[in-house]
Amino acid sequence: MSDLTLLSLAEARDALKSKKISALELTRAHVEAMEAARPLNCFITETPELALAQATQSDAKIARGEAGPLEGLPLGIKDLYCSKGVRTTAASRILGNFTPTYESTVSGNLLRDGAVTLGKLNLDEFAMGSSNETSAFGPVISPWRRKGDPAAKIVPGGSSGGSSAAVAARLCLGATATDTGGSIRQPAAFTGTVGIKPTYGRCSRWGIVAFASSLDQAGPITRTVRDAAIMLRSMAGHDPRDTTSVDAPVPDYEKSMGASLKGRRIGVPKEYRLDGLSAEILALWDQGVAWLKDAGAEIVEISLPHTKYALPTYYIIAPAEASSNLARYDGVRYGIRETGRDIADMYEKTRAKGFGQEVRRRIMIGTYVLSAGYYDAYYVRAQKVRSLIKQDFDTVFAAGVDAVLTPATPSPAFAQGEQGSTDPVEMYLNDVFTVTVNMAGLPGLSVPSGLAANGLPLGLQLIGRPFDEETLFSLAGAIEQAAPKIDYPQAWWRGA
Amino acid sequence: MSQPAPSKFIKGATGDWEVVIGMEIHAQVTSHAKLFSGASAEYGGAPNDHVSLVDAAMPGMLPVINEECVRQAVRTGLGLEAQINLRSIFDRKNYFYPDLPQGYQISQFKHPIVGEGTVIVDVSPSERITVGIERLHLEQDAGKSLHDLSATESHVDLNRSGVALMEIVSKPDMRSAEEARAYVSKLRTILRYIGSCDGNMEQGSLRADVNVSVRRPGEGLGTRCEIKNVNSIRFIGQAIEVEARRQIGILEDGGKIDQETRLFDPGKGETRSMRSKEEAHDYRYFPDPDLLPLEFDQAFVDALKAQLPELPDAKRARFIAEYGLPPYDAGVLVMERASADFFEQTAKGRDAKLAANWVINELFGRLNKEGLDVAQSPVSAAALGAIIDLISSDVISGKIAKDLFEIVWSEGGDPKDIVESRGLKQVTDTGAIEAAVDAVIAANPDKVEQAKAKPTMLGWFVGQVMKQTGGKANPQAVNDLLKQKLGV
Repeated sequence: MSDLTLLSLAEARDALKSKKISALELTRAHVEAMEAARPLNCFITETPELALAQATQSDAKIARGEAGPLEGLPLGIKDLYCSKGVRTTAASRILGNFTPTYESTVSGNLLRDGAVTLGKLNLDEFAMGSSNETSAFGPVISPWRRKGDPAAKIVPGGSSGGSSAAVAARLCLGATATDTGGSIRQPAAFTGTVGIKPTYGRCSRWGIVAFASSLDQAGPITRTVRDAAIMLRSMAGHDPRDTTSVDAPVPDYEKSMGASLKGRRIGVPKEYRLDGLSAEILALWDQGVAWLKDAGAEIVEISLPHTKYALPTYYIIAPAEASSNLARYDGVRYGIRETGRDIADMYEKTRAKGFGQEVRRRIMIGTYVLSAGYYDAYYVRAQKVRSLIKQDFDTVFAAGVDAVLTPATPSPAFAQGEQGSTDPVEMYLNDVFTVTVNMAGLPGLSVPSGLAANGLPLGLQLIGRPFDEETLFSLAGAIEQAAPKIDYPQAWWRGA
Repeated sequence: MSQPAPSKFIKGATGDWEVVIGMEIHAQVTSHAKLFSGASAEYGGAPNDHVSLVDAAMPGMLPVINEECVRQAVRTGLGLEAQINLRSIFDRKNYFYPDLPQGYQISQFKHPIVGEGTVIVDVSPSERITVGIERLHLEQDAGKSLHDLSATESHVDLNRSGVALMEIVSKPDMRSAEEARAYVSKLRTILRYIGSCDGNMEQGSLRADVNVSVRRPGEGLGTRCEIKNVNSIRFIGQAIEVEARRQIGILEDGGKIDQETRLFDPGKGETRSMRSKEEAHDYRYFPDPDLLPLEFDQAFVDALKAQLPELPDAKRARFIAEYGLPPYDAGVLVMERASADFFEQTAKGRDAKLAANWVINELFGRLNKEGLDVAQSPVSAAALGAIIDLISSDVISGKIAKDLFEIVWSEGGDPKDIVESRGLKQVTDTGAIEAAVDAVIAANPDKVEQAKAKPTMLGWFVGQVMKQTGGKANPQAVNDLLKQKLGV
C-alpha cells in the first residue's frame, strides 16, 4: 500500500482487520507525517515512542483475535484531555510541565478500544478562541490555502484548531476535540472535516480541563461522517465520576449511516438568515436544503425566536463559569509559580504571567458578571434567556421536526491576524450559528459541503434532538454523498 | 419572638440593654468519605494523607456527591423538626486561599437541603426557651495552612479539604450567654443522638460563628458583629459577654457599631476586628455547573425518619411520664444517649427515682471527677443496679452503699459477693445494737445530759453508735433505741 495516511479511519480499520496492513506500519506512516508537518504546529507534544509501542501491542492483539473497535488506529488527542504520564498544557503557560497521574475518561475509552495516540494537539488557550491564535504554544496553520494567496497563513478555526488541522493534513485518522460554543464544529467547517458535538452528558467530562462546565462537551473530528460515528461510539458512555454524564446505552452510530431519509422533517430556521450574511453562505445553505430534499427529507421553515440573544448570553455564562473553573490555577499545587511579597502578590504575578490575554479577558468578564450587584442583571438574566433558547428548540422538535439545518459558520476561514485584533467581538461572531446548540445542550454536527470562491472549505451544521446523534449521522452522510468530494491539500508544508 | 425578659438585661451606665444572639454552627458530618470525593474523612493522619485528586483540585476533576452525607443532613434536619427540601442546589462560593484548592467552596446558598426548624433548650431547671432554626446546608470544609514549619514558607495540609460540614443557622433568638451556651449544648446532644456529628469541639468537628448585637429593650435589632470560629462552649459564653460589653460601651459613649467580623482571643478576654464590612469578600455565588440539583423523594425522607433513634426531647418526656422523674433530672439523664441508656438499664425493675439519684449524683459525679464518659465507667449498669437492690432490701445502708460503690469502682466484682465476703451487711439484730447504744451512753454521761435539753444532739449519738458498729447498724433501729433510752 502506498500512502497509508490517505486511508479513512474506517478503511484503515478494515485493512487492519483483514491484515492487509499492520498497526505498526500504519502508525509509522502517521508518525512520519506528524514529524514532517511541524511547520503547521498542530501538536504541542508528540509521543511517537508511545504510539509505536501501542501499535506493537495492537498488532499482537489483532494476531490473537482480541482487537478492540479502534485497534491500532492512530489518533490525536486535544491537549485539554489529561493524559496519564504525558504533559498536559491546555495550551497555557500556567500549567507549566504538569503531567497528570490520570487519564481522562474519554481518552481512556479510546485506549480501551485499542486506539494509538500520536500526541497532544494544539488548541486555543483553555479552549478560548476561534482561530487557535491564543495558544501559548503558537498558532496552528491550516493545511488549506486561499486560491492564489499561498503566503496567507490560514487559521484552522478554534478552539480545536490542532485537531482540525491535523485531521485535514492527514497526520492522524481522527482527533478528539471539545466544544463549548462551537470549538468542534467551527474548526471542522474551516478545514473540510467532520465534527460532532454530541448531546451534553453523552461524553464524560472527567479529566478534561474545564472551560465552562455546563457547556463543555467532548467529540471527534474526522475526515468522514462514518469515521466520526465510529469514534463517538468509543468516546461516549456513562461515567459515575461525572454526575452530568447520562446513563443511557450508546448506540452503534455507524449503523445509522445510509438510513433512509424518507419522511424525515428538516427545519430551516429563519432567524439564522442574518443581515449581511454572504451570498455564498446563503447559496450553500440552499444547496444543503436541496440535497436533503433530493434524499427524501421534507423541509419546513421554522422559527427559533431567541436566536439573536444566544451570543451575548453565551458570553456571560461561559466566562462566568470559566472565571470560577480557572481559579484553581493559582501556583500553589502544580503549574508555574511566581514569587511574590505575600500570597495575594504571588497569585497576581503567577496568574498574570500564566494566562494569556484572551483568558484574562474572559476571567475578568466572568468575575464581573458574577459580582454582587451585577449577578441578577447579567448571570441570572442570561440563564433565563438560556431556558428560552432551549424552549425554542423543544417547541420545534415537539412539532415533529427531526433536525435543523444551518450554516456552520458565517464565513470561510480567515488568515492569522485578520480577525479580532482590534475588537474581540469580531472573533466571537464566528460562533453565532453554533452557540445556541451548546446553550440548549443539543447534538450538533458540522459536515463539509463545498468550497468558497477563495478555495477554502465551507460546512453545514445539523442540530438534533437530545441523544439523537443517529439522525445527525444519517443526514450528514447524505450531504457527504451529495456534496463534491473534498480534496484535502497536498503536503505543501513538507520541506517548508 | 418572646417578650424582653428583664432578668436577662445587661445594666449599662445609661440603663438596661438587651443582647441578641444568633449562631452559625459548623458541624462536621460523620461519614467515612468526604462530601464530594472518596478520600477518607477521618481526623488526623499525616499531612496530605487523605487527599484525592478531587480534593487537590487537579485539572479536570469533578465532584460526586456522597449519599451518606445527604442522609446525615436529612436525619439532622428531622432531629431539628425542620422542613426537608426535596430539591436543593449546590453553589460555588468563590475566593482565593491556599487551603482552598478549587478557588471556591461548594456550599448551598439559595436553596439549602433543610429549611426552618426549632430546638427546645433547657437553660436552667426552671427555664426553657425555643430557638428557631433558619436553615441547614451542606458544604465542604477547607484545608489547613501551616505557618510554623518553615521561616520563609507556609505549608498546606489538605486532609480536611472537602470534608462534609453541616452549617446550622439559628434565628437571632437567644438573649444571654447562658442561653447561647445551652443552645449549643442542646444542639450537640441532638447531633450525637442522631450520630451525624461527633460534636467534638477540641478536634474542630463543631465550631460556632456567633452573631452578637445589643439594643434597648423593646427596640429593633442593633448592628451585629460576627465572632468567627469559637471552638468551645465556655468560650462562646465568654465571647458573647465581652462583645456585648464592648458594644454597649461604644453605644453609651455615643458611638455606633460597625458591622464586621471579629475574632475572640480567650487569652486576653477580648474580641478584635478581623475584617470590616467593606473588606468583606464578594463570594460571587452561583450554582455549581458540575453538580445537578440534589433531588430525592418523600419516601427517602420517611425511611430515614423511621430509622431515627428516640431523640432527647421525646426521651426526656418519657422519663418523666414513665419513671416519674423530676423534669430537671430527666433532662440531665438524656443529655447523652449513652447516659440515658445507662440509666434505663440501671432503673429497669427498680425504684427509678433512687436509680436516677445514684446515676446522677454518685456515678456522674465520679465520672466527671475522673474525666471519664459513661462508656468508660468502671461500674456497670448491672453492678449499680445490684447496689441499689441491696439498699432497697435493707441489706446495706445508704452509707455502706457509698463505700460499696467505691470498692466496685476501684476493684470491680459483684456487689452482692463483696457485701458477703467483707461483712458489710447491715446489723438488724437489736441485741447487738442495744449493746452498742448502752456502751455509748455509759461512756458519755455529760452528753446524755446535754441531749436531754437539746434533742438535736441525738444525731451525735447516732454517729457514735454507727462508728462502734462499723456503719453496719440499721440507722432506723439505732435511732429508735436511742430515743427510747435517752427519753427524747
